[in-house]
Amino acid sequence: MRLSNKVALITGGTSGIGEATALLFSKEGARVAITGRNEKRGHEVTASILQSGREAVFIRTDVRKAAECERSVEETVKKFGVLDILFNNAGIFYPQTTLECSEEEWDLQIDINLKGTFLMSKYALPHMIAKGSGVIINNSSGWGIVGGDKAVAYCASKGGVVLLTKAMAIDHGKQGIRVNCICPGDVETPMLPEDARMRGMRWEDYLAGCSNRPLGRIGTADEIAKAVLFLASEDSSFMTGAALVVDGGGTAD
Amino acid sequence: MLLQNKIALITGGASGIGRATALLLAREGARVLIGDVNRDAGEAVAQEIVGNGGHAIFEPADVTSAAHCGRLIERSVREFGGIHILFNNAGIIRRAAITELSENDWDRVMDVNVKSIYLLSREVIPVMAKAGGGSIINTASGWGISAGPKAAVYCASKGAVVLLTKAMAIDHGPQAIRVNCICPGDTDTAMLRNEAQQLGEATDKFLAGAAQRPLGRMGKPEEIAQAVLYLASDASSFVTGTALVVDGGGLAGSI
Repeated sequence: MRLSNKVALITGGTSGIGEATALLFSKEGARVAITGRNEKRGHEVTASILQSGREAVFIRTDVRKAAECERSVEETVKKFGVLDILFNNAGIFYPQTTLECSEEEWDLQIDINLKGTFLMSKYALPHMIAKGSGVIINNSSGWGIVGGDKAVAYCASKGGVVLLTKAMAIDHGKQGIRVNCICPGDVETPMLPEDARMRGMRWEDYLAGCSNRPLGRIGTADEIAKAVLFLASEDSSFMTGAALVVDGGGTAD
Repeated sequence: MLLQNKIALITGGASGIGRATALLLAREGARVLIGDVNRDAGEAVAQEIVGNGGHAIFEPADVTSAAHCGRLIERSVREFGGIHILFNNAGIIRRAAITELSENDWDRVMDVNVKSIYLLSREVIPVMAKAGGGSIINTASGWGISAGPKAAVYCASKGAVVLLTKAMAIDHGPQAIRVNCICPGDTDTAMLRNEAQQLGEATDKFLAGAAQRPLGRMGKPEEIAQAVLYLASDASSFVTGTALVVDGGGLAGSI
């Protein structure tokens, strides 16, 4: 087991990549705290972990709010005694051009995707600095590296996450903390059919478009979770400030 | 074990990152063929793996020779039954600005660092395709993404490796062959120490400079090997065309 005795806090852990990562981390020996806004889903995920005899807790958190971020970190440390790994994964996406995106929708995407990463890290870092080690993994996107159509706020937020990752890596490397991000391509999560619906596209057509990449398919949430595990574990001990692209070759061209 | 029943070919496997990767992949269950120009050191790595209870053979090879590359593939197919993982790792460095660089040195670095990937991959890809897929990992460098002083041909060669990696990923993704590269930062190997010599700098001063990065130290060959293992294994099944930077934060930005 690669995360024995580690404590991980995963935001947006109630579905998709966050849920898959929570399950994988717990299988690898970690005690897991997950956050999200959907209480019912959160308790379903922790229940499935508890059933396998491992420890997990759900902490309802809106990562846009500093007080809630602080509370989720403090509750995690109170319950498990320490915080080793933070996976800033909570994210939201609206398919919109600049003209279509309202100010409220802009703020929502930037606040959850980017400011939430800042806030969670701000409260998690002191615990990691105190023990001289820690790992932060941020969920960026292939669209944090190249642009995409109808995704202005999302692209801006994810590009922000890539460079926030690098800036944090520079500031906290000497304190023994590694900060990296993942850049997933299209992945089989609830976010994907939701995007198809909002774009008014037939799922079959949408999926065919997403699969149009060198590996000829979309990814699974579990495949992204394995990349997060690599970055969370000692296997990546010389990695910090990196953006790990996991996209079936989608941004190779 | 992550590489049970897998067969891996590692070039430049006699020392440094190649050696550490050969040892790690073998520990994870792979049968390993080591290719290198350095016969004594290459044999020693193979013996060390066998001594640990693993499977390894050494084949002397100059990867700039198409004939030698062909021999490597043949040997792997003959003795192990195929190739699932190709780690194109053989590499050399010349620390010189182009005004101080001979044409001979230019050709030599490009041949070892870049052309060898072409020569080996064109033989390996049909073997992998027939077996239903495979993973190719190329050793690029942090200096394949951002350049450094007095290393013109090395930077050119490693930049070429990054884009060759992406181009191959596009062409061979449909055959379920994943192609990725690693971009290590300064790693504690004989090659790094040799750079100090080429530059006429004191080794300890040079190594102190190499440690100037967010993590405040050089990498260990074993840490780079772990990144190669990730890319070689099914843990990275949706990863292709990627340049995985393993550099203690060296490229994150200016400190």
